This record gives sequence, C-alpha cells and structure tokens, in this order.
Amino acid sequence: MMRKQTRNGLMASACVAGLFLAAAPMAAQAQTEIQWWHAMTGANNDVINKLADDFNASQTDYKVVVSYKGSYPDTLNAGIAAFRAGNAPHIIQVFEVGTATMMAAKGAIKPVQELMKEAGETFDPQSYLPAITGYYSTAKGEMLSFPFNSSSMVMWVNKDALKKANITDIPKTWPDVFEAAKKLKTAGYATCGFSTGWTTWANIEQLSAWHNLPLATKANGLDGFDTVLTFNGPVQVRHLQNLVELQKDKTFDYSGRTSTGEGRFTSGECPIFLTSSGFFGNVKANAKFDYAAAPMPYYPDVAGAPQNSIIGGASLWVMGGKKSDEYKGVAKFLTFLSDTDRQAKLHIDSGYLPITKAAYAKVKASGFYQQNPDRETPLLELTHKTPTDNSRGLRFGNMVQMRDDWSEEIEAALAGKKSAQQALDDAVARGNQTLRQFERTANR
Amino acid sequence: MDKRVFFPSKTVPLLLLLPQLVITLVFFYWPAVQAVVMSFQMEDAFGTTSEFVGFENYTAVFTDPFYYRAMGVTAVFSTAVAFLSLSLSLLLAVMADRDIKGAGLYRTLLIWPYAVAPAIAGVLWYFMFQPSLGLFARMLRDWGIDWNPLLNGDHAMILVVMAATWKQISYNFLFFLAGLQAIPKSLIEAAAIDGARPFRRFWTIVFPLLSPTTFFLFVVNIVYVFFDTFGIIDAVTGGGPAKTTTTLVFKVYADGRLGGDLGGSAAQSVVLMVMVIALTAIQFRFIERKVSY
Repeated sequence: MMRKQTRNGLMASACVAGLFLAAAPMAAQAQTEIQWWHAMTGANNDVINKLADDFNASQTDYKVVVSYKGSYPDTLNAGIAAFRAGNAPHIIQVFEVGTATMMAAKGAIKPVQELMKEAGETFDPQSYLPAITGYYSTAKGEMLSFPFNSSSMVMWVNKDALKKANITDIPKTWPDVFEAAKKLKTAGYATCGFSTGWTTWANIEQLSAWHNLPLATKANGLDGFDTVLTFNGPVQVRHLQNLVELQKDKTFDYSGRTSTGEGRFTSGECPIFLTSSGFFGNVKANAKFDYAAAPMPYYPDVAGAPQNSIIGGASLWVMGGKKSDEYKGVAKFLTFLSDTDRQAKLHIDSGYLPITKAAYAKVKASGFYQQNPDRETPLLELTHKTPTDNSRGLRFGNMVQMRDDWSEEIEAALAGKKSAQQALDDAVARGNQTLRQFERTANR
Repeated sequence: MDKRVFFPSKTVPLLLLLPQLVITLVFFYWPAVQAVVMSFQMEDAFGTTSEFVGFENYTAVFTDPFYYRAMGVTAVFSTAVAFLSLSLSLLLAVMADRDIKGAGLYRTLLIWPYAVAPAIAGVLWYFMFQPSLGLFARMLRDWGIDWNPLLNGDHAMILVVMAATWKQISYNFLFFLAGLQAIPKSLIEAAAIDGARPFRRFWTIVFPLLSPTTFFLFVVNIVYVFFDTFGIIDAVTGGGPAKTTTTLVFKVYADGRLGGDLGGSAAQSVVLMVMVIALTAIQFRFIERKVSY
C-alpha cells in the first residue's frame, strides 16, 4: 500500500515536472529574462513588483524577474556569492555604503554609463540631483550605477510632546535640542529626551558633512581608495562628548547601530529622533501624534554650518559577463525607470526622494510639498548649498564593517569606558587599518 | 555468537559506504580544505583577483588585539553556557524522571525549545529584554535596575548566555532523561533501604552512573557554544556593544561576510578548528578517565 502511494506520488510529480519542462523553453524563446535582485520590504516591495509588471506589460522582448534577497547586506552578499558561483543576476540593488566594494570589483560589474552608450539609450548623469550624481560617479565623472532609491537624514519631532513641555519652536541647533530634551525629560519623557538611529551615519557622517568638515582626505574617499580618515576633529569630539554627558541621565539615550530603535519615536517614547527620511511610511502609519520632519540640527558657532546633507539609500548595479542581448534589455529597463512621470510617482508612493531634477521640479509644481512639507525637508537639506569636497558624499571600502567598528567606539564612550576623544581617535585608527587592507585588495 | 558478515570482495562494502563517504567529503572535507587554501590568500570580495600571501593572514590574526579579546569573551561565554545548560537540564531531568502526574506532558514541553531555530530563539529573547519594548526589561527597570544591553556589556553578555542556554537545555535534558532511565531502579532502592537520603543517593549513585552521559554532553555543549551559538549572538546583540559579545565564531562571520576579508576570516576559522580539535582531544584524554562506563 505504502509503496503504491509513493509510486503514484512520483508519477504525479514527474508529470508536473514534464509540464514545466515543456512550457519553459517556449517562454524562453519568446522573451529574454532579466534578473533583478533587491532588498525592499513592505510597501516598497510592492512598488518594485509594480515597476517590473508595468515594464513587462509595456513590451514583449524582455521580462524582468524580481527576487527579494533579504536586508541590504544580505542582498550584497547574495550577489557576491552568485557571482563567484558564475550565476549573478543582471541587476542588483546595493546600498550606498556598498558602493566602494562594487566599484573596486572592476571585472564583476558593467558601468551603467557605458552600458547605456553601447545600447544606444540616452543617459545624462547631469539630469540627477548633484548630491546623487557625485555619490555614484568615479573621480573622472563616469556614472557607474543607476540611482534608484535615495534618502537623507532628518530630525523627526513629536509636536504634541513639544507642546506638553511648553516648547514653542522646533529646535534648530544642537544646543536648542539639548535644552528641549531636558525640558521634555521633566515633562514626562524620562527614559529618552532625544535619540538617533544609524548612530555613525547621524553622529559622524552626516554631522561632518552638515558642518562642512572632512570625514577623510581625498574628498571623503571619492577621489581615491588611498583616503585617510580624519573625523576625530574638535567638532565631532565635542558632539560625542555632549552625547556622553546627556546619556548619563538619559536626556539622550542610545538606540543602537541601525534602524532598530526607530520604534521608540513612533511609540512616543523618544520625542526627538534623528533618522532616515525613508522612515516616513512608518511614521505615517504608526505615530498617534502630530509630527514633523525638521532639518538636522547644527552647532551655530561652526563657520559655514549648515552645509548640505549626504544621501543614503541604494542604487542599481549591472553585473558583468552577460550577453549583449541581455544588456540591451537592461538598458531599456533603466530608460523605462528614468521616465520623469514614473520618477515623480515613485517619490510620492515610496517615500524616497525624487532623484532627477525634472522629477523634483514636477512634484514641486504640483503643489505636493505645500500639503506635505515634511517630504521636502530632506531635499532642502541635500540642496541647501553647493556640495563641497566634504559634503559630496563618501566612499570607503568595507564600509559595513567599518560602521560597526565606529559604532563600537561610540558605544564605549557612551558607556563611560573611554573619553570621547579617545573613542574617535580609535575609530579613526581602526578605520584606517581597514581602508589600507581594502586598498590592497582593490588596487591589484 | 559472532554475527559479523563477510563480504567476498571489497566492492560491495565500498559501494554501501559510498553515499556516506561522498557526503562527508563534499560537505565536510572539501570546505575545510578550501578554508585552509583561502587562509593563505588575500582576495577581493568578488574573487576577481587573489594573491598568495603565505602566513600573512595568520600573523594578522595573532597580532590583532581584538582576536585575544574575542578569545576571552569565548572563554567566559562557553563556560557560562556549558555550566548553566548542563546543570539546569540535569535538575529538570531529575525532576521529570519522578513518578508525577503528567510527566509525559512536562517532558514534551521541555523538549520543544530544541525545535526552535537559533535565530528565532535569539529574536525571542531580544524582544523580551529589549530596553524600551521588552516585558522583562520593563520589569527590571521597575525594580530600579538600569537594564541596557545596548550599552552595558555585562547585560548583553547575560542576555546571550540566557538565550544560548535556553536553546541547549532541551537537548541536554533529553540525554539526561534517557541516562537517568537507564540506571537500574534496584540500586537506588537498595540505597534507600540502607537509609541514604535523596541527595546522597543522587551524589553517590545517580551522578557517577550518569557520568558517560555528562561527559558526552559536555563535549557536545562545548562544540555547540563554539560554533552553533553564532545565530543567537547575531540576532540578539550583533556582537556588541563594543565587541563584548563577539566570540571567535562570530568574529569569523563578521570579518568574512560583513568585512569582506575572506583570507583573514579563513585563517581565523582554521585556528578555531585547531582549537576545538585540541580541546576535544584534551577532554577525551584527561576528563574521560574520570568517567565510569
């Protein structure tokens, strides 16, 4: 009896397999498949699927197949593993801090600008916001990847809480924020006056750019892998020292290295919270209070502050070693994505920034920002001044690990195990070691 | 009677062994050899270029102060987890071995956590003790303890030790229970008649007779703590704060996968492999002598 069942089961699966085998070549003959690996979840995942479906419906030669590969680091690692095994996808979404890793892998990627030229598609790097073009171009100005979802850092503020603490204006400078946080603490926000997500992004990277201070030599690494970190300067040390002091009575309370602490804002625990502008969707869905996205605070005694913020988010990389027919399809798809209407809609739907100048102008003209001023804050920050070498962006190899190393030093300072100066000195020293190792493997 | 089977040639036994041999070679020896090869190379993450660098990766490992710190963390972590999980599960097994109502139910419930994946176990504990959301974290704060595993290294260590111990208790429990049930009742009853109290009966009869199980579990637990706890640490603390919960195996992952330093990571895993082999050899050589089979 058992045996018979097993045999029947086998027969059935064989028949099903046969059907698939028969169907697969027919589909393959008609269309060239383009694999797109991404790291988007929730509402943003739907946006990706919709884009692929729309593209597939718009023509018959190519079919974009999307696969979700986990978090940003997971997706990057999956891409690396697939490349090593010889079956990399055509397009892979890589977060901004993975940019140097991708750039160094010369044989593994196909520069987007080159791809578009070969396929005869129009592509103008100047059509993107300057903060974005700079981030994804080589020192010579060649754009290597296709900007997709970009964000920046803003200060999320619980306006109801400010009212409760009798604070009339949203704080603009860091001293204002500290003052407000102390008042908020006495007004009942005892466990957290203010906090930040992405601790190094907020307290080292954005802080430096926003005050027009170098993170590292060679334009923060954009001009070469032989960059040396220099963010242990007086302003950064003073800022960390302030956080250390305020951590003692929880006027500031540390919320971890990534976005995991963001729930403390939406739950109402932390009334002031610096994190990505991409947090918008979550705030809109979960915050049961009146909120605002304000520009990041600055130290008013630092000359030139505020400068402009730098971007976060991800871009699309095209992998190397594919057939020219497939590259044609990839190029067509990227052209499809560049469409101004599509970019504008993407910005409104997903909560990410409009990445082309045309899309920004279009959304602005539609009056969208008058109703949703919060959505323009990160754009105003990015375009606040013409980017300098200190604020164009950053490009460091092994940045994922380096951020962990820097976070460790910040944690040591906040726990009172090291002085702020010592912590940043050590973060710089460890980072430079990592950079030299990367330079060695990248330059061969 | 001798039941040994004789094969006329070597082909048949080889064929029968082949599947197991192939699996062992492909999934255990081949990756191990790969790790050894990679540990002498330096290459970029995509593997487009690689260079033979001799012992440079090993020199880097042994001159890295964080490597020694990870060794210290591993020593504390493995001792704590092995001791706690063995003693707690022995206690539970002794309790569940008695004739009580619903013993079967208790036993089943105690075995359940073993079916939970390490990462899930980690997330579970992470949520319970998350400073602003966790149920237990709030309780601790209400008692006036400033519970903060995000910044306080001791708190983070306590948390991963608890999660790793909880995960391993079921496995140990299962073996201890089987071991307990294999001890002849007559021995214990005889001791009881001689007037030995329960505690004395346990120390002089049950515990020595259980020593083969205890020894086996000790070895398995050490290997577990060295290799399998990585998922828990990744989910609960990510090795932080400030590397206070970065064990050797987590460092292998962090440097290789997150840091893209495959050569250095491979060198670390080779060193780790040698360490665990040595540790197991020592256990068999010295501790096993005290075991009475």
